[in-house]
Amino acid sequence: MLVKVFVTPRKGILDPQGRAVEQSLKTLGFAGVAAVRVGRYIVLELDAPNFERARETVRQMCGQLLTNPNIEDYTFEIEPIEGGPR
Amino acid sequence: MKWGVVRFPGSLDDADTLWALNQVMGQEARALWHKDEDLADVQCVVLPGGFSYGDYLRCGAIARFAPIMKSVVRFAGDGGLVLGICNGFQILCEAHLLPGALMRNRSLAFICERVSLRVENAATPFTCAARQGEVLWLPIKHGEGLYVAPAEELRAMEERGQVLLRYTDAMGQERDDANPNGSTRAIAGVANETFNVFGLMPHPEHAVEPALGGEDGLKIFRSIIASVERTSAAASTAASS
Repeated sequence: MLVKVFVTPRKGILDPQGRAVEQSLKTLGFAGVAAVRVGRYIVLELDAPNFERARETVRQMCGQLLTNPNIEDYTFEIEPIEGGPR
Repeated sequence: MKWGVVRFPGSLDDADTLWALNQVMGQEARALWHKDEDLADVQCVVLPGGFSYGDYLRCGAIARFAPIMKSVVRFAGDGGLVLGICNGFQILCEAHLLPGALMRNRSLAFICERVSLRVENAATPFTCAARQGEVLWLPIKHGEGLYVAPAEELRAMEERGQVLLRYTDAMGQERDDANPNGSTRAIAGVANETFNVFGLMPHPEHAVEPALGGEDGLKIFRSIIASVERTSAAASTAASS
């Protein structure tokens, strides 16, 4: 299965990168931009018997290594790999 | 006393820390390899500054899983003294030996300068050779030193006196422009609840000789020595009585 993990700075936590990008976008003339957060996108392949097991494994990965719950939130998507076994 | 300085791939300040302890302070300090699990019989473990494992993913996130960290966690759990400097502080937070986390500096720039710090709690094994409220001058050099922790946790830490060092101006006054990286509450160094684990972003090992521009770093190491001596004196009194 193909796993896509999206990691963003936790809401309410100062994100200096997001703030700098937001300021630059405004300087370029993009109106109506707000709440820019800069995060991380992790993609990986996982051999799992079903979606439920895959979800459980990804949650463990996020809790133990991929994210720091003190400062980051995450969401993830799981999809079958094209042409591969489900 | 006996010290162990952990050497991770990407550690930078291990040699300077060993120099400060052995050559400058006449201590018995040795390097500990990250793949070993044996801490030998050291009385204090130092996690030095640097970019362990390239700081991939997050600073300290990979180093936390090095074989030696299992022993460090056990050592800390048994009350052993652990000092984390800069990257070492980041590793201790990732390993949950210290609360909170360290993020990109608010300026997004790498900062390399000498800063003034106020000693917030001088009644700990890491600060007892300094005076309460004393201003220390130490160098910082980091890109990710902005300390954050959940608001409730911060309140509890302040109440328990776990904030040991805070960035202030030269007079010991808190000012926003004296906070180099934007740390929450200008926090520069924190201890765990049992005060045997301490992490700080400034580098005491870079301030141990006049030639380095200052000697205030000695106060951190002297505190640890005094505290270990006191503990072993108490232990031998208890044993002989």
